[in-house]
Amino acid sequence: MDLSDTPEELAFREEVRAFLSAHLPARLSDRVRAGKSLSKEDHEAWHAMLNTKGWLAGSWPKEYGGAGWNAVERHIFEEECALAYAPRILPFGLAMLGPVLQAFGSPAQKDYWLPRILSGADWWCQGYSEPGAGSDLASLKTRAVRDGDHYLVNGQKTWTTLGQHANMIFCLVRTDPAAKAQEGISFLLIDMTAPGVEVRPILLLDGTAEVNEVWFTDVRVPVENLVGEENKGWTYAKYLLTHERTNIAGVGFSIAGLERLKHIARIERSGGRPLIENPHFAARLAKVEIDLMAMATTNLRVISRAAEGQAPGVESSMLKVKGTVIRQEINDLTRRAVGPYAMPFVSEALEGANEPPVGPDYAGPVAAQYFNNRKLSIYGGSNEVQRQIIAKTLLEL
Amino acid sequence: MNFELTSERQMLQDTLRRYLGDRYTTEVRNRIIESDAGMSAEIWRELADLGIVAALFTEDQGGFGGLGFDIVTVFEELGRAGVVEPFLDTAVLAGGLVADLGSEAQRAVLERVVGGEAQLAWAHGEPTSRYDLSHVETTARSLDGGIELNGRKSVVVNAEAAEALVVTARESGEPDDPEGLSLFLVPGGTPGLSLRGYPLMGGARAAEVTLETVHVPEAARLGPAGDVYSAIERRVAMANVALSAEALGAMETAKALTVAYLGTRKQFGRPIGTFQALQHRMADLMIELEQARSAVILAAGHMADERCSRERHVSAAKNLIGRVGRLVAEESIQMHGGIAMSQEYELAHIAKRIVMLDHRLGDTDHHMERFIAFSHV
Repeated sequence: MDLSDTPEELAFREEVRAFLSAHLPARLSDRVRAGKSLSKEDHEAWHAMLNTKGWLAGSWPKEYGGAGWNAVERHIFEEECALAYAPRILPFGLAMLGPVLQAFGSPAQKDYWLPRILSGADWWCQGYSEPGAGSDLASLKTRAVRDGDHYLVNGQKTWTTLGQHANMIFCLVRTDPAAKAQEGISFLLIDMTAPGVEVRPILLLDGTAEVNEVWFTDVRVPVENLVGEENKGWTYAKYLLTHERTNIAGVGFSIAGLERLKHIARIERSGGRPLIENPHFAARLAKVEIDLMAMATTNLRVISRAAEGQAPGVESSMLKVKGTVIRQEINDLTRRAVGPYAMPFVSEALEGANEPPVGPDYAGPVAAQYFNNRKLSIYGGSNEVQRQIIAKTLLEL
Repeated sequence: MNFELTSERQMLQDTLRRYLGDRYTTEVRNRIIESDAGMSAEIWRELADLGIVAALFTEDQGGFGGLGFDIVTVFEELGRAGVVEPFLDTAVLAGGLVADLGSEAQRAVLERVVGGEAQLAWAHGEPTSRYDLSHVETTARSLDGGIELNGRKSVVVNAEAAEALVVTARESGEPDDPEGLSLFLVPGGTPGLSLRGYPLMGGARAAEVTLETVHVPEAARLGPAGDVYSAIERRVAMANVALSAEALGAMETAKALTVAYLGTRKQFGRPIGTFQALQHRMADLMIELEQARSAVILAAGHMADERCSRERHVSAAKNLIGRVGRLVAEESIQMHGGIAMSQEYELAHIAKRIVMLDHRLGDTDHHMERFIAFSHV
C-alpha cells in the first residue's frame, strides 16, 4: 500500500501542470474561478489547444487520435485541470459519443465522425431525456420509422445541455414500439440543421439558458447514421455508463471549490474575525473537507482497479452519489460564506460585463451556482436511481 | 391553551389567501419579478386596500394589528404565494421604526404607508457588517444645527421605491458598539445620496447606497441620539419572526407542489410517489415542516417578553427555519427532478425565496450563535 504517485505518475503530473501553466489562458481560468459562464468560442478555443497537444481525448486509444491514458493518468489530468481552473472538457462528443462509435460504429462512421469530434468540426449534444422519460429513460417515445434509405423521426427531447450551440445530436429513438421497452431502441446521429429540428431554450432557475428542448417533426435521417444494429441502442447507451465514468466523483471540482471557499472565508469577517475562524463555520468546513478527503481516496481505489482492467460497476453509482453531495455541500457553504451579498441577482456576474460587481467580486455567482448545481444530483441518472442500483447489487433481491 | 387564530386573524388569513390565490398566480408573479420595478404597484395598492399593511401596525400606530400573531398570519400567506412586494421593508422594518420612535410629525408618513401610497426602506447593513447588527461605520456628525451623514449601505431592499430611507448611523463609539447609534429619515433624492439598484435572487430589488456628505436637518433624527440599538433589535426580532413565517408559508407551497407531483408523475409505470424511497423522505419533510410551524408560533408568542427571552426564541425560530428551509427547498427540487430547475415552474421561485430568506437578518449559523449566547445570560 502506497498512497503517493509513482515516479511515472509524478512525472506525468508535472508535465500536465507545466502545460497548463504555459498554455491555459488567464482569461479563461479567471472566468472559471469566478464561476462565470463560457461562450461557445471559449470552449472551442480550449478544446483546440488541448487537441494540438494531443490531450483532448485522454481516454481514446492512440489509433483514433486519443492520448491512450489509463484511468490513473486520466484522473491526474482531470484533477490538475480542475485545480488550474481550466474549462471542463465538454463530454458530449469526446466522452459520450466517441467511445460508442469506437466500440459499435462502422468503419465509415469512425473515419468520418471521430476526427471531426477532435477538430471541433461538429458540436455534439445528447438526446436521451424526454418529458416523460427521465429516471425511467427506457420509456422514451421519440419515434424513428424506416422510410427507404432514411428514418423519419418525430418526437421531443429535453434538458439538452448546450444544444443551442450544437449542429449534431446523438439520440435514443424508438424503432420498435411493439418490443419490450429496452429492446426497441436505436442509437441515431441526427443533423440539427436538417428541416424539422427545432431548438427552444429552457430558462433555468438561476437565470441561465444552458439546456433546451429539441423537437423533431418529420426529420429525415439517412440510415447510415444508425450506430450499430437497429433496436440495440439501449446496449450502447448502457456501455457509456459503465466505461466513461472515471470523473463521475468530480474530485477535482470539489477540491477547487473548497479552495475557493477557503479563500472567501479568509476574507469574509464574522464577529470581528475571519469567517474561517468562526467555530460553527469552521466545523462545517472541516466536515466537508474530511468527507472529500475520504471520497477522493475511494475514487483512487476505484480508479486504480479500473487501470488494472476491472470495469467499475456499482462503484460508479456510489461515487456519483457521494461526489455530488459533497460538491453541493461546498456550493451551500460558499453561498453561506458571502452572507447578505448572496442575495443580489446580477446576471452580468455570469455574463461578464464591465460593470463593477455588487459586493466582493467573488459573491456574484455563488447563489446562482448553488441553485444551478442542484442539477448534479438529478442528471446523469438521479441519485435515487444510483441508490437503487447500489441496493439491487447489494441485496440481490 | 389555545392554538386557534382569533376570528379577526382568521378573517385576515382567509381574505389574503383568497386574494393571492386568485390574483398572484405564477404567471403574474414571474412577470412582476422580470419587470424593471421588480414589484407591482397595482397589487401593492390592492393589498393595502384589503388592510394588509394596516394589519402590521398596532391601533395607536394607525393600524389594527401589529402583534406577533398578526405579523405571522400575514407573512405566512405572503410566503405561501411567493409574494415579492416589500411588506417587510416598508412596514415591519422602516415603518416599524418610525412607528416605535418617531415624533408626531415623523409619524405622519405612516398614514400614507398604511394606505399603500408610500414605501420605505431601512438602510442598515454595510459591506462588512454581515449579520452583526451593531457593526455600523456610517457616521453622523452634528454640523450647523443639522446632521451630515457619510458611509455605505449594502443590499438595502426596496431602496429605489422608498420615498424615504431610515438610515442607521454612528454618532459615537467604535464600529461594533451597540451604543452610539442613531436613526435618520433621509428623503429619496437628497443630495449626496446615491443608489445602485439591482434585482435579488429571490425576487424584488435592492440597492447599494452611498451617503456622501448628505445633509439632513436635526428634525430628521428618529428617536434618541446615540441610543436606538434596543429599538432596532426589537424591530429586527419582529422582522425575523415575519421572515420565518414567510418561509413557513413558502415551504407549505413547496410541500403541496411536491405531493401533487409525486402523485401524478409516472416513471417505471407508476406514480413516483409509490416508491418508498420517496415516501419516507416526504414523511420526513412533513415532520420537519410541523417543527417549523411550531417554532414560528413559539417565537410569535414570545415577542412581548423581556429581551433575553424574546431574542432567544427568535433565534431558535430563525435557526430551525433555516435548517428546515434548506431541507424542504432541496428535497422538493430533488424529488421533482429536472422540471424543478425550470424558471417557469412555480417551485423554482418558491425554492429560491426559501433559501434566500436565510440570508436576511442573520442566517442559520448566526442565530445558532445568538441562541447559545442568550442561553447563557
